[in-house]
Amino acid sequence: MRTYIIRRLIYAIPTLLGISVIVFLITRLSPGDPVRLYTFGALNITEEDIQALREHYGLNKPLYEQYGSWLWQVLQGDFGKSLQYNRPALPLLLERLPATLQLAVAALTLQLAIGVPLGVIAALKRGTWIDNVVRFFGVIGHAVPTFWFGLLMIIVFSVTFRLMPSQGVLTVGHDVWDIPDRIKHIIMPAFVLALAGIANYSRYLRTETLDVISQDYVRTAHAKGLSERTVVFVHALRNALIPMVTALGGILAALVSGALVVEQVFTWPGVGQFTYAAARSKDYPVIMAGVMVASTLLVASYLLRDIMYAVVDPRIKVK
Amino acid sequence: MATTQTTVGTVGAALVTDRRASAGLWSNAWYRLRRDRLTMASAVVLILLIVLSLAAPLLSEYVFQMSFERQDLLHAYAAPTLDPLGYVFGSDEVGRSQAVRLFYGGQVSLFVGFMATLIQLTIGVLLGLVSGYQRGRVDDIITWFITTLNSVPAIFLLIIFSALFAPGPLTLTIVIGALFWTGITNFVRGQTFALREREFVTAARTIGATGWRIMFRHILPNVLPLIFVLSAIDVGSIILTESALSYLGLGIIPPTPSWGNMLTNASTYFNRAPWLVVPPGVVIFLTVLCLYLIGDGLRDALDPRLKGEK
Repeated sequence: MRTYIIRRLIYAIPTLLGISVIVFLITRLSPGDPVRLYTFGALNITEEDIQALREHYGLNKPLYEQYGSWLWQVLQGDFGKSLQYNRPALPLLLERLPATLQLAVAALTLQLAIGVPLGVIAALKRGTWIDNVVRFFGVIGHAVPTFWFGLLMIIVFSVTFRLMPSQGVLTVGHDVWDIPDRIKHIIMPAFVLALAGIANYSRYLRTETLDVISQDYVRTAHAKGLSERTVVFVHALRNALIPMVTALGGILAALVSGALVVEQVFTWPGVGQFTYAAARSKDYPVIMAGVMVASTLLVASYLLRDIMYAVVDPRIKVK
Repeated sequence: MATTQTTVGTVGAALVTDRRASAGLWSNAWYRLRRDRLTMASAVVLILLIVLSLAAPLLSEYVFQMSFERQDLLHAYAAPTLDPLGYVFGSDEVGRSQAVRLFYGGQVSLFVGFMATLIQLTIGVLLGLVSGYQRGRVDDIITWFITTLNSVPAIFLLIIFSALFAPGPLTLTIVIGALFWTGITNFVRGQTFALREREFVTAARTIGATGWRIMFRHILPNVLPLIFVLSAIDVGSIILTESALSYLGLGIIPPTPSWGNMLTNASTYFNRAPWLVVPPGVVIFLTVLCLYLIGDGLRDALDPRLKGEK
């Protein structure tokens, strides 16, 4: 088990390196010479000064050398200072990480709490109207544009009925530990973010449960005279859960990507929203740090999935 | 190769219906598809949406008699009405006809969806075949590339790219296509892995077929049916991504209408013009829903053994 985890950790290194190259290239290849942009409109600046500045920032070195020194700084957690806030970029983003994590965890909880039972019930009641409703929902849940669904929720629950707050994590002026208020704020964005995953899980669990309940050992369990409940929960469900962990990879990726859009719709002060704002104002250090944080989050969740996979299914060992 | 494909199709067909025992994979699939009412209905709706979007210039000139950029501040926030017909879905904050913009927006959104899928399909199939067939170092590099790309949330990359480069619709389409191929590659790679060990591939190699010939003439036709299924679903996912991006103001830039960017300001004006929020969202939803249902239907039609298990 331990060697598996260590192996898996080592596998993550080339991935992270690849991500850093992508991030570096995107920002460095974007149009506009940063020195000229920075000195634009400055009087008395000569061509020599510009060259000197370029020299100073290492911008005249070959690209791979620039990447090397950039990476070295990044490894020390230094993405440079935000052009907008004049503060180091990484801490700015890490301050927003808890909000994103809260949203993602809340959404994941909803997905599991709603999607899994839906799928299992649909499979057990195969062919009935319940099954049809769940299957129909399994398709439409994917097809609804997240941001539009969010807008509709705001319009219905915040604007029309004034039941839910439409933005932020907390009512202004409330205590940071005002949990009921926080829950009230998180319900809508979490549900919107969870929708596609709920549909996904219900489809997945339905297929898996159908597959498992036709297995011999389930028939044996029935033949032994075990109650329906024991058969479903102890024999069937436990085996249907293994592939569920596999599905987690795609779902986590969708959560991190989806969070950016949902954070924007609900003005949720998370990593996605901050990176989006940075992209709009061309705040390069924050952009780079934002993508790195989001990607690291994703790599970490893939890692977690693989470890969980190995825990749930002891047959899995290092390839 | 054609023989193998027919054999697989015939065996499948024999299990389902004896009447058409001599038909090939595609005609069998078509036979089943025609009986699948939900899929056929989705196809009809989708074709209708495509035709209406393609006919946008004609519709705007002859039916609605308003161009998509015609502004009319005196008739801003006009409620849906039949007189003039151009305001059948109401007008927006500068008095543009929402109906006309909806059809023009369809041109853009559908173009991005289908074109980007075509691009990602080309990259995905090519890399998947090469990776699965060659294996070894080539496969390692391609796999590493896929893992890396899958670890960066695509929407982050798209937002940054759009913000820094301000691309036009065509560039945006190419970039989306260049980012979304990993799913297809993974699928084709896995299939190729299995297929290259089959007898017909060995046979082809024995008679001296080159690697490329085996990949494209012998392996690809076996993978193709399910690629169509994945593509239909991908068109939907790409339309969703594009609409989210445009909604955020970083996809298709106004005044070119797209279903996503029509919603950017809609929530702001909700109190004055609630009709601006619903139609663009509904057409995105309908289009994507149809594409997903067609994908599901195609899967059932091409591989009836999977029916009901999806």
